[in-house]
Amino acid sequence: MTVPKLELRDVRKAFDGTPVLEGIDLVVRPHDVICLIGASGSGKSTLLKCVNLLVPIDEGQILLDGEDITAPGVNPNRVRERMGIVFQRFNLFPHMTVLDNITLAPRKVHGATRDEAEARARELLGRFGLEDKADEYPDRLSGGQQQRVAIIRSLATDPELMLLDEVTSALDPELIAEVLDVIRDLKSAGMTMLIATHEMGFARDVADRVCFLDGGVILEQGPPAEIFARPREERTRRFLQRIVEAGRL
Amino acid sequence: MRASRSGRRGPGLFRSRRSGREEGARAALVAFVSSIVFLAVVGWVVLTSEAWPAVQRQFFSWDHLVASWPAVLGGFWLDVRMFLVAEVLILVIALVVAMIRSLRGPAFFPLRALAVVYIDFIRGVPIILLILLLGFGVPALQLPGVPNSPLFWGLAALVISYSAYTAEVYRAGIESVHESQRMSARSLGLTQMQTIRYVLVPQAIRNVVPALLNGLISLQKDVALVFILGIREGVREAQIYTARTFNYTSYVAATILFLLVSIPVARFTDWYTERDRRRKQAVST
Ligand SMILES: Nc1ncnc2c1ncn2[C@@H]1O[C@H](COP(=O)(O)OP(=O)(O)OP(=O)(O)O)[C@@H](O)[C@H]1O
Ligand SMILES: [Mg+2]
Repeated sequence: MTVPKLELRDVRKAFDGTPVLEGIDLVVRPHDVICLIGASGSGKSTLLKCVNLLVPIDEGQILLDGEDITAPGVNPNRVRERMGIVFQRFNLFPHMTVLDNITLAPRKVHGATRDEAEARARELLGRFGLEDKADEYPDRLSGGQQQRVAIIRSLATDPELMLLDEVTSALDPELIAEVLDVIRDLKSAGMTMLIATHEMGFARDVADRVCFLDGGVILEQGPPAEIFARPREERTRRFLQRIVEAGRL
Repeated sequence: MRASRSGRRGPGLFRSRRSGREEGARAALVAFVSSIVFLAVVGWVVLTSEAWPAVQRQFFSWDHLVASWPAVLGGFWLDVRMFLVAEVLILVIALVVAMIRSLRGPAFFPLRALAVVYIDFIRGVPIILLILLLGFGVPALQLPGVPNSPLFWGLAALVISYSAYTAEVYRAGIESVHESQRMSARSLGLTQMQTIRYVLVPQAIRNVVPALLNGLISLQKDVALVFILGIREGVREAQIYTARTFNYTSYVAATILFLLVSIPVARFTDWYTERDRRRKQAVST
């Protein structure tokens, strides 16, 4: 069996004594697209931040390509260079143009020249239909455009793994589709992704596996067809029931 | 937008017929006339009081003004130069201190602690004491290789003192930038220093320009404190003239010079702050 791209072993995290993650075990193989679902406050964002080392874990291990990235002495910057993370909002740097937003990390972290970085940025912008926005400032873009730029910015450093945290939840319904299209595009390009989402239809469509986070653990996981059609756990069933009632599935 | 604004101004028939420009001109005229009347009343009260001739002789004598002006002006020119040099140094040093203080994590504790100690210590010492200590103290040591001019050390005291306050201004600005900006930058693999330098500071500075301008006004006056070291800047020259003639008009001359510089800066600060506030409102609506 191949080495997993990402593996979480019994990851635990508490904030001020309140446990949020209580033993997360998860295996993400190369090219897997995993959707994390779960109620608000169930720890989806925390889990992604732990993987990106933005939040230190209390116990357990996180392995990237079989290497323990939570071991002491690991430089978090080197780890972060290898993954991209996109948050719900407030992502882009408002004082920089779209182009500067995208080229900052390639230039300052990866040592690319400005010309190289800009050529790559324009190529990515073109691929996602944003070539004419290169010189705009973020506040002149729609929410959907901003989120697409944020995804492009993460892609500009050629990450091996993308972490997406509810990237559509701050968007108007008509803008959601364009962002989801970008993610589908990434999936077909073979990107490994860990996605926290409230968009069940999208999860069903794009995920190889859906993980239901509840009570600090992954209570149930499996292919979307199974999870959505025949959830084994009563709590999963109830969660999905509420989503259906809210008209989101 | 327009309609709603004039609507808010008042429902009267009378108003709605006037254009915004006419309204503005009328307001300016009212302000002008009422100011003239006010000044005339105050002027009349002062000038007709019994004490006025003595006051005029001591403080507002034309002859003494003319006689003291060149020396005071020459000294004031030194104030201006000291101010310019000190301000540039302060803006740079304070920024560095604030950046150090904004570093997080246990590895940077010693640096951060140093910055905190510096800021706390300096802010607790009266600036005049610092000027005396450095301005008289260090030259008296006659250390080899160390400048021993009181001017140098007087300026150094000003820079050291103002940098501590200004560092706190910058730090408030850095902390006012949303936490997610730091996280976004860190998630891209930027180091803490890169995050502070490329992402936080540029946004922070925009937020603190009015506060920095206030500090600038304050420094522009406080440079005169080095007069206590015997440096012949504006206030010192005025004092010398007064000591010779027992007339205080030279102090008024110095006052006029300081006001000529500080009032425009104060107006500019207000204008800038107001414009900034309007812009932020425009963005948030
Ligand atoms: N920095 C923090 N300090 C203290 N508590 C935190 C912090 N971050 C998250 N929490 C808490 O951890 C819990 C999980 O939060 P998290 O943001 O991971 O949930 P989530 O599943 O992403 O929710 P949502 O769907 O609303 O985004 C919440 O109870 C939250 O209050
Ligand atoms: Mg969340």
